[in-house]
Order: sequence, then structure tokens, then C-alpha cells
Amino acid sequence: MGRQLLLEHIAVPGIETFEVYRKMGGYASVEKALKTMTPDQVTEQVKSSGLRGRGGAGFPAGMKWSFLDRKSDKPRYLVCNADESEPGTFKDRYLMEKIPHLLVEGMITSSYALGAKTSYIYIRGEYMYVLQILEKAIREAYAAGFLGKNILGTDYSLDLYVHPGAGAYICGEETALLESLEGKRGNPRLKPPFPAIAGLYASPTVVNNVETIAAVVPIVNLGGDEYAKVGVGKSTGTKLISASGHINKPGVYEIELGLPVEEFIYSDQYCGGIWKGRKLKAVVAGGSSVPILPAELILKTAKGEPRLMTYESLSEGGFISGTMLGSGGFIVMDETTCIVRNLWTFARFYHHESCGQCSPCREGTGWMEKVLHRIEHGHGQMSDIDLLVDVAKKIEGNTICPLGDAAAWPVASAIRHFREEFEYHVKFPEKVKNPKHFEIEPFVSNKQLVMA
Amino acid sequence: MAKVTIDGVEIEVADGTTILNAARQLGGASVPPAMCYYSSLKGSGGKCRVCLVKVAQGSGKDPRPIPKLVASCSTPVADGMVVQNLTSPEVLEARKGVVEFLLINHPLDCPVCDQAGECDLQNLAYEHGASTTRYEEERRTFEKIDIGDKIKLHMTRCILCYRCTMVANQLTDNRVHGVLNRGDASEISTYIEKAVDNDFSGNMIDVCPVGALTDKTFRFKSRVWFTKPMDAHRSCTKCSGKTVLWMKDNEVLRVTARKDQYGEVKEFICNECRYDHKNAADWTIEGPRHIDRHSVIAQNHYEKTDLLTLKKEIERQIEFQKGKPLPLALNEKK
Repeated sequence: MGRQLLLEHIAVPGIETFEVYRKMGGYASVEKALKTMTPDQVTEQVKSSGLRGRGGAGFPAGMKWSFLDRKSDKPRYLVCNADESEPGTFKDRYLMEKIPHLLVEGMITSSYALGAKTSYIYIRGEYMYVLQILEKAIREAYAAGFLGKNILGTDYSLDLYVHPGAGAYICGEETALLESLEGKRGNPRLKPPFPAIAGLYASPTVVNNVETIAAVVPIVNLGGDEYAKVGVGKSTGTKLISASGHINKPGVYEIELGLPVEEFIYSDQYCGGIWKGRKLKAVVAGGSSVPILPAELILKTAKGEPRLMTYESLSEGGFISGTMLGSGGFIVMDETTCIVRNLWTFARFYHHESCGQCSPCREGTGWMEKVLHRIEHGHGQMSDIDLLVDVAKKIEGNTICPLGDAAAWPVASAIRHFREEFEYHVKFPEKVKNPKHFEIEPFVSNKQLVMA
Repeated sequence: MAKVTIDGVEIEVADGTTILNAARQLGGASVPPAMCYYSSLKGSGGKCRVCLVKVAQGSGKDPRPIPKLVASCSTPVADGMVVQNLTSPEVLEARKGVVEFLLINHPLDCPVCDQAGECDLQNLAYEHGASTTRYEEERRTFEKIDIGDKIKLHMTRCILCYRCTMVANQLTDNRVHGVLNRGDASEISTYIEKAVDNDFSGNMIDVCPVGALTDKTFRFKSRVWFTKPMDAHRSCTKCSGKTVLWMKDNEVLRVTARKDQYGEVKEFICNECRYDHKNAADWTIEGPRHIDRHSVIAQNHYEKTDLLTLKKEIERQIEFQKGKPLPLALNEKK
């Protein structure tokens, strides 16, 4: 097992309480930052660590912090995005549930670096029980003097609040999250202005994912340069991967970036191979919105190099033969999976979660879902496949927020890599009447026959 | 001041102007259409995506293009920016897509819709849409509801431009209606159909680009192109009193605010002017309202024509008959 920076002490009994967490070396980063470093020095450490946003886009966190408008006389805010709702992603829940003080500690250190006097954790409404765990952790931190007025005797004060959403995927988009936090309808805002200039209550705001903020703790403890030694190239540090699907050992794994995908799927330390001794068919590597890849392309890139779990390696080949690391929702599918049915499930999700503000996403997601429903249930026509490609193309890039892209990418990639399967559904409507059609008679691709 | 080039024509506009407004200052065919942007409503725009344009050059300093198409109504210009609207096939393709999206859940009940003839969606679809649909599924439908005693809401026709919710927010002091639900199930509604009842609520009808909000005092009275629009005014304590009367003979069928060439109202009117003075004697009639030639309402307009202009227009048409390409219309700028 590789080096663990976030989940190192996860197995210690009682780690969710303040006493045990403190005994295991917790809150050292707060002491180090507040007593020996200036806020700018902390930001510098994050920059030199090369930490990239763990929420999906992979934007360098240090650079995001440096965009924050520090000249403004308005208060500055740090908001933690804990609205984890992407199908296939559950790493933040695990982290907050098992080791809540790590997030609280990260929030204090990061808020200090950004000069925020008030910070918020915006948590998904469905995680109500996690909210209680976090609030308990925050109460303990207040009692121990790590939150509130004059933390550790310094002149830095911070208030930390947890705010639950009301169950909308769209509120994970940073500007929609801010709208929701302000008490409005969670519709994404038009950018510019970016949150770094005018975010929460029109003040400079940084929005970061739970894992990004938690990663600030080891960065401050180890130093940015030391942290950057973990990982490969521009993908530094460790990443939590939510592994799910047809594998022997689903769960949350902390990996060093740079681990080969093949090792991650087949090694007993991690996923432990495909269940029931079946063959790998496809992988969605970073949560439902990233392009799906067939087995031959996920294990090796189009050039034949082994694919690694890094931002760069997974996206090699662009969207033609690559995908994205995204939020780390690693969904594995075996040979009995119906790609059309899986895609219909994703499309249904995006249709349900579209906010309805801009036309392409509001109308297009519903349209795609209905067409996919038809194909999956044996009522499709050949022209429907091209129609789906065209609708996806017309949504992509033309919407206010990335939800439109997230809905379009899986459709475009599934048809790109698994077109034969869509054609099979149109040609043999009787065979696909049973929802488990590929379990009874696995789909054999002509492409693979030629290769073999 | 910033210099921008839109479809090859250069114009200098004030800093902070949006691309759409810069194009409107230029006028002519290169003005992007807009279904949700409304210059007199703060915060409108960015939602319908029909005004998408391509920025081929970000600015003079940074000549890189913007990778995605941008909403021209909400993107400010930069000095040296080069914008492509009708000259970019990518934009036309995207716009065709947006029109298709707007129409897939629209009932297309124009023959019985009061908005027909002055509907922005009709114009947009005519100019940018395809003539057939690829949508075979069931369209979403809603029940018709009354919001207030004078306004009927056909949610089925709505394209969710959010303009009417901004009228409620910005022209009146009590906001009683907004958007419920989300995605393609979202609908404009009041809280448990509570009546929209305030002095300026009627403006919601004027800002609606489609026939979702219609005037109950005018519903099914007449097709708009059979009425004669007349500019008129009266002294009103609540608003400017400047309106358009839509008349049939001497009968006033409907009163609306005055819309400019982009279909936008600059001076909103109160409900008293709109609903309670349907008598020609209450108004000082200024003269016929100028209606754009391209509009179907112009079918019936009787605006005094300058004979010289008419002669030129006829000559232009004759040139066209001879097989030459149609020169620019007289009122269109190059």
C-alpha cells in the first residue's frame, strides 16, 4: 500500500473524537501555521505543493487562492464544498464521517491563509447524519480553543458553520452553492465575476472541495516541497478514490497519484479484481460525468503506454481516447453490463438534476433521457443514435455551468466507444426486453472478434 | 472607450458595454437575437443562449479566441475584441440547436395563441430554426392557471426566460411569484396560485416573449394583425401614461406599453392605464405606431409612406426580379 497522508489514522478507534485525534498528532498544522507562519507563507506552501482541486476540475488550488481579491475591504470567505452528489463518488462522506476533525483542521489552516474570519461547510442535505458528526467536531474544537476568538492566544479569530443543502446536485457547482448558501434558489450565476472577486454576499470567496481542504493539513505539516515529492509530475500528492461497481472490494482507497490503473483494479490491496471471475468491460474513471472508456483503453492509452491514475495520463488522447480523473468516482463494469442501460441511468440523473435555467440543458437532458429510454427498451431506430450525438454536441459548451457538459460527455463517449451495442438494441428489440439481457447472453463485439 | 469588430464592422463603445448592446448600437442584421435579456430589467439575460456569439479575438492585448461560444448579452466587450455572429457557421449551428431546444416542449399552438404575430419565438424560429422537428416524445404540459384577475398563465408555452419574475421583483414591492421546481419541470407560479395583485403586474404580459402570459381582457378578441396600433397618452399619476392602443375601428381592444425595435419596453405602464381605460375618449391619440416592416402586424399598418422611399423600394424589388441579388433594404445599415 502506498503512502497515506489523509487516511493514515483512519483505523484508530475513537479517531472521530477530539482527544484521540489530538493524541495522533492532530491540529499540528494549525499550531504550526498560526504560530510560526504568515498567511502568505501558508499560501506559498500550498502553491509549491502543486495541489490540484479534488472536486473534479483539477485546477491548481494554490493558484485559485492567489486569485482571491485581497485588496477589497469586504470580508473574505472560505466555503468548503461538501455537496458531493456525483453518482459514483462517496470519498468526502467517508472522510467527514470517519475523521471529521481533519476537515475542521484543514478549514482553520486554510481560513488563516486566506484571511477569512467566517467560513462555511456547505454539506449535501442527504448527509444530515454527517452534519451532526461535523457539528460535534466543531463544538469540540471550539471548546479546545481551536475555533472562536483569539485561537491559541494569537489575534486570529474564526467562526465555522455547517450549512445543509436541500438535495440538489446543481448546488455542487460553486456559484449555485453560493446562491443556495445565501438563501436563494440554487441557480448557477453568470461568470464573470468569479467568486474570487464577488462570491458569497458579493465578497471575495474561495470554494474548495472537502478533500482539497483536508490535503492542506499534510501540506503544512510536511511542507509544500515534501508533499510535491509524492505523486508524478504535475499530479502531486494522494487522492481518495471511490471504487464501486463490479469489483471484489468496493470502497474508498487513498492512492498515491501515479499508480497504474491496472494495478488499482487487479491488485488485492485495492479493488481486488473483477467479481465472479468475469472480464472487465468498461470503466468510468472519475464520476458519472467523465467519458466512459472500454477496457482496452483504460488499461493502456491509445499509444500503448500503461495508463496511470494521474490527471495527465487519464486525459491523454483528449476525449477521443481518454477521460478525466474528475472527482475520483471509479465505476467498474464487467462484461454483463449493458452500456445503454447504464447511460440511460446517468441521463435520467442529469435530467432530474438540471436546474432549468438555460435552455440547452433544461430541454436537452430530458430529450436525451427519453431517446435513451426508447433505445434501451427496444423501441429505438438507427437514426436515434446520430440524434443523440447531435443533441449532446448542441448542449456541450453552450450552457451557463458545466452541468450541461457533464450530461453530454457520457452520451458522446458511450456512443463513440460502444456504438455496436446501441445498434444491437435497435436490431434485436426482442432480446433487450429483459432488463438483464446481457447477463443471459453477453454482448460480443465484432471489433473484439477481429482483434482476437 | 473600447473598439470592437462585429461581423467585420468596427464600432467604438463605452467600456463595460455588453457585446449585444454594442451590436445594437451598430444595428442591422448582425444584432444577435435575445429571448431572455431585457435592457430595462436588472439581472436579466444569460439564460436562453440564443444570443451566443463567437469571440474570435479576446482583446487587442490578448488576441487568443475564447474557446466556447459566449452569451453576448452578458459578456462585456474588451478593446480590440473581434466578434463573429452571422459570419460564424459555428454560431448559426449552435443557435439552430437552441431554437430546436426551445421548441421541443413548446406546444406550437400558434393558431389559437394570442401572442401569434408579435411572438419573439415565432420570429426566432422563422429566422434560425429548422422547418421540421426531430422530437418524437411527449411534450410537457401544465394546466392553465389564473394569476390575478387579469392575467392568464399558459405554462406550457413558457420558455422560462425569467423576465416576468424580474418584473415582480423590480417594479413592485411585493414579490409573489417565481420559479418552482427544477429542470424541464420548472414552472412560473405564485405561491399556491396566490393572485398577483399590484399596480404594475400587467407588465409581465409585455415582457413575456411568448404567449405564456396573456391579457385576459384581450384574449381571443382579435388577431393582432387585424388591429391598428396607435400611439397615445393620458396624464397618469402612477406612470408615464405613454401607451399603444390596439384598435379596431374606434374600439380600443388592448392597451400595452411601447416596445422598441428589439421588443423591449423602456417605460413601464400601470395597470390602470392598461385595463381600465378602454375608451378612445380617455386618450390623446398621437398617431399611428411605427411597426417594423418585417412584422406580421405591418400587414395591416397604414403608416403614411414617403412616396420617394416607396419608389426606391419598388425599384429595388424590380432589380431583384431581374435576377440580381437583393441589395440591402433601405433601412438596413451596411
